Amino acid sequence: MQLPDAEVLYKDLEEKIRVDCDKDTALIGIHTGGAWLAERLHHALGITQPLGTLDVSFYRDDFDKVGLHSEVKRSTIPFEVEGAHIILVDDVLNTGRTVRAAINEMFDYGRPARISLATLVDRGGRELPIAAKYTAIELTLPADKMLVLKREKSGKLSLVLHDKNLPE
Amino acid sequence: MINKNPQLDENGILQHLLTTEGLPASLLLRILDTAESFVGVTERDVKKIPLLRGKSIFNLFFEPSTRTRTTFEIAAKRLSADVINLNIAVSAQSKGERLLDTVNNLSAMNADMFVVRHSQSGAAHLIANHVRSDIHVINAGDGSHAHPTQALLDMFTIRHYKKDFRNLSVAIIGDILHSRVARSQIHALTTLGVPEVRVIAPKTLLPKMVERLGVHVYHDMAKGLRNIDVLMMLRLQNERMQGANLPSPEEYFKYYGLTPEKLSLARRNAIVMHPGPMNRGVEIDSSVADGKQSVILPQVTFGIAVRMAVMSILAGN
Repeated sequence: MQLPDAEVLYKDLEEKIRVDCDKDTALIGIHTGGAWLAERLHHALGITQPLGTLDVSFYRDDFDKVGLHSEVKRSTIPFEVEGAHIILVDDVLNTGRTVRAAINEMFDYGRPARISLATLVDRGGRELPIAAKYTAIELTLPADKMLVLKREKSGKLSLVLHDKNLPE
Repeated sequence: MINKNPQLDENGILQHLLTTEGLPASLLLRILDTAESFVGVTERDVKKIPLLRGKSIFNLFFEPSTRTRTTFEIAAKRLSADVINLNIAVSAQSKGERLLDTVNNLSAMNADMFVVRHSQSGAAHLIANHVRSDIHVINAGDGSHAHPTQALLDMFTIRHYKKDFRNLSVAIIGDILHSRVARSQIHALTTLGVPEVRVIAPKTLLPKMVERLGVHVYHDMAKGLRNIDVLMMLRLQNERMQGANLPSPEEYFKYYGLTPEKLSLARRNAIVMHPGPMNRGVEIDSSVADGKQSVILPQVTFGIAVRMAVMSILAGN
């Protein structure tokens, strides 16, 4: 199946977020795809608060089923979360469980004034009451497929579809 | 029938951490990488994460220990596990059966993990071979055999300061003969590709055929410390100071105690490590222990993150 061009989607997302950005806006990207997007947005939107990244592995709700992820990255939030206006960035929004984990993790750093969610692709299938404020596209995809954001060495982004039960 | 290496299951998945011997480099590195993420957690205001909520971890200490037990306790609590500390004095005739009886009773209380310290080599292996398959065992020191989490936190510290293992010269100095820490360090260092591992000690404090572990043996600090990047000091245990192994603490200090003069023989940016507790003025001079090259206190801090990593990887496997 033909997937949309991630670069075009990114541009669209950037413009949607730009409208709401002010000097109080802070960005946090979820590893790994969300962190790539947040990195670009941070630069393109001229955000003054330093960029944060989250790896939600320690907050996932499937630890008892699948154990600890093999490549856990360090979470860093280099600004004061207390009272912050945070835009949380992820690549693909599906069940909402990753976002739930990210929200819990952020609250262990402080009490933000507001958290909004930005995602490149909303593929539906929500299992929790979570919605994105900024989305570039909504896609309906087969349930057994996993949508993954890839980044080339040049920085170019693209979307790839994998079988869910196979390793990448 | 006792399985010789019950640490890994048939798929190579870590089930228990009993020794660093025989573990692949990829697994050691995964533990270090995971610990790196936990360092981030320990630097926050809220130092707790919900990963092991509802899990029960039993600290079974058959041998006195304050520091190691405390760091395991803190690690478990930061993972939101329930920790039960048991300090069980062991008498010479009550080994074996009674140990497993204790374990049976605690297993019946729905333990998820045992952290075991015992004066007998092999105690943690014995327990790991005995427990149900969903219970994980961490060796927190058994006799003079192994102390894997200490070795792993040492590896974490080395990587933190020196970045890469593959161009380092490391010296382990002191009572190698009785040291479970030294054995675990040597296995970890050689597995991670450190090209030059030396042991520096008097002949009476070296095990026979220690060279077989892949180390170079020195009896003289002046020669052994040349071009060394990392000095790993060992504690000279008070109980060993009597008897035939050593003349006197003063004489030991004269030849093997780490003074600023001896440290100056190593590389200029060498780091000094010690597993604690230190005997100042016996194996290490205070000015070195508290000096600029000492990373002894960071070792303690990293120890918590490393133990969090081991516990969470095991609990998820």
